[in-house]
Amino acid sequence: MSESVNNREPLLDISGLEVHFETRRGIARAVNEVDLTLYKGERFGLVGESGSGKTTMILALLRMIKTPGFIAGGKAVFDDGTDLLALNAEQVRQTRLKRVAMVPQGAMNSLNPVIRIGEQMMLTMREHGEEGERDELMARVVGLLEKVGLKPEAASLYPHELSGGMKQRACIAQAICLNPQLILADEPTSALDVVVQRQIMQTLRQLQIGLDATVLLVGHDMGLMAQFAERVGIMYGGKLVEVGTVSDIFRNPQHPYTQLLISSIPSFETRGDFKGIPGVALSLLDPPSGCLFHPRCPKATDACAQREPTLKEVSPGQWASCLLHEEEHDATAS
Amino acid sequence: MNWNYIVRRVALFLVVVWAAASVNFFVPRLGTGRDPIREKLGQLAASGGLRQDGIEAMVKAYQAKFGLDKPLYVQYLNFLGDTFTLDLGYSLANYPARVGQMIGNAIPWTIGLMVVSVLIGFALGTLIGALSAWPNAPPWVRSLAVPFMTLSAIPPYLLGLIVLYILGLKMQWFPLSGGYSPGMLAIASVDFYLDVLHHSILPALAIVLQAVGFWALGMRGMMVTTSGEDYVTLAEANGLRNRTIFFRYGLRNAMLPQFTALGLSLANVVAGQVIVEVIFAYPGIGTVLFQAIQSSDYTVINGVVLILIMSIGLVTMLMDFLYPLLDPRISHSRQN
Ligand SMILES: Nc1ncnc2c1ncn2[C@@H]1O[C@H](COP(=O)(O)OP(=O)(O)OP(=O)(O)O)[C@@H](O)[C@H]1O
Ligand SMILES: [Mg+2]
Repeated sequence: MSESVNNREPLLDISGLEVHFETRRGIARAVNEVDLTLYKGERFGLVGESGSGKTTMILALLRMIKTPGFIAGGKAVFDDGTDLLALNAEQVRQTRLKRVAMVPQGAMNSLNPVIRIGEQMMLTMREHGEEGERDELMARVVGLLEKVGLKPEAASLYPHELSGGMKQRACIAQAICLNPQLILADEPTSALDVVVQRQIMQTLRQLQIGLDATVLLVGHDMGLMAQFAERVGIMYGGKLVEVGTVSDIFRNPQHPYTQLLISSIPSFETRGDFKGIPGVALSLLDPPSGCLFHPRCPKATDACAQREPTLKEVSPGQWASCLLHEEEHDATAS
Repeated sequence: MNWNYIVRRVALFLVVVWAAASVNFFVPRLGTGRDPIREKLGQLAASGGLRQDGIEAMVKAYQAKFGLDKPLYVQYLNFLGDTFTLDLGYSLANYPARVGQMIGNAIPWTIGLMVVSVLIGFALGTLIGALSAWPNAPPWVRSLAVPFMTLSAIPPYLLGLIVLYILGLKMQWFPLSGGYSPGMLAIASVDFYLDVLHHSILPALAIVLQAVGFWALGMRGMMVTTSGEDYVTLAEANGLRNRTIFFRYGLRNAMLPQFTALGLSLANVVAGQVIVEVIFAYPGIGTVLFQAIQSSDYTVINGVVLILIMSIGLVTMLMDFLYPLLDPRISHSRQN
């Protein structure tokens, strides 16, 4: 997956990413051999059911996996050749926010309650070696706050004096203060009401375009994803099972899991019955053989329990990890 | 914070002092039919083999002198007036020494030794407790809390005896008792201050050793909670330095409840460390109180108790004023 999408240059090339959690009952592969290339200036959405490893993947890119978890393998190479996963602790610290920034999920409590917003942002900038007089930095802070739609007065307020939406805006302002190339947003609006959600996503998109940054957005809200993302990746059991443009994924999903996921999006036509995906989510400690999804898959064949599929390009720019397509693939290849 | 709140808070403090003074005044007078002057004179007469005739006249004279011949409400008003002007009367055991003066002489010693030791114990304990719960702290620092927590289970007077025995008696590194060497001129000179410092180390050690574990224990629990807060995680994700996250995000927030406890502990310094002062024969308030109890010196006991109550009231009032500065989420302006 190295050729560009929409003529964009690759920014971060993730390959073979593995994150394991050591539990009493064995090792859980929370992120399982994930390959993914993120392009400069794109908005990439990551979806998948609870426990599929989305947060774990984001934390791995920030190098914030805590015991009992660890990054068991893989690479995440930036366009300049830096491998995020090979940096030492101080290099990691300097990379955070400068190259990879995070927009938190729980904005309610993500700001230090005893420091004013402006002071917090200045502190953060100084920690990254941004020198300058107080006035200079404060002017930058005010500029950032205005960019995210906050009044300059917000700089002198404490977090508890802001609403949830305003706090999230302040967090976004902080996230972009050093012009990061990659912004990781893990369900950034799941704690907010629908109207505020849309406004914040709107702001995030404007900023992303302005900075020409790449956004990796994790979320459960398929509607929001469809509006925001240009490309979407689907995760199941720690594996990336399908990647494609947002229209391909929604109109023409190729992986049976994606198909079920898309058809379970509620609409007025299907009002009344809750469609879901049959079966129970898999246990990472005791994964099925072959394809992880085969026990729940309506199209599973005997081969699915034997062989593990890999991501294959099924149509230009759309990749799926399913034996059904591998067979087609093999058939056309031979 | 606004003036309205300050005025009301000071008024509350005065009410506390008034209530304490009133209890001090009325409780001794509840013992019906007893008259300390007559009893005392009777005892003196009996032990001295004097005749009893003149005693009635002497009782009258003393009662007039102490204002006890006046109606109760007049006595009460006089007493309140004296209390609020900090006139605590004469010591019964050390007449004509005045209670105010005795306490005044002792207070600098108590504040100098006890308050400083409590503050050192607080600072060390808070830091060690915080580090012991901080995931990124080195393991040896994290294990430091355990021995201190064990020590905190030993009462300070026992620790006092232990350090006295080991460092004072066996090693002879430090003097065994007193606030300064006998015969030393108590004037402001470098020699005198060094001597005072030398004398203060053992009692201070006893208090610090005990206090560190106490503060560490409280801080540890708070820090465990705080280190899991979203703002700590985000600070790390934003690439702040470990030390900055520890002090300004972790410790700073986890410490808030510690301050309340510190205020109460400082206010209680006098009462809490009486036995330590007595063991080391330290010339502070604790020793004054101890001697007063031994010699049934009621005026001194009353005086010390009153000072105690006033200092607790004063410190809690100061804490109330300080808290909004420490935690911006607490504000007094909304209470109008
Ligand atoms: N500290 C941990 N110890 C053990 N297992 C963990 C730990 N943290 C995460 N996991 C495992 O890693 C897997 C992935 O979790 P993750 O939080 O990344 O899922 P997610 O896709 O973000 O889910 P959600 O949509 O609910 O946020 C889960 O199955 C979970 O059991
Ligand atoms: Mg998650």
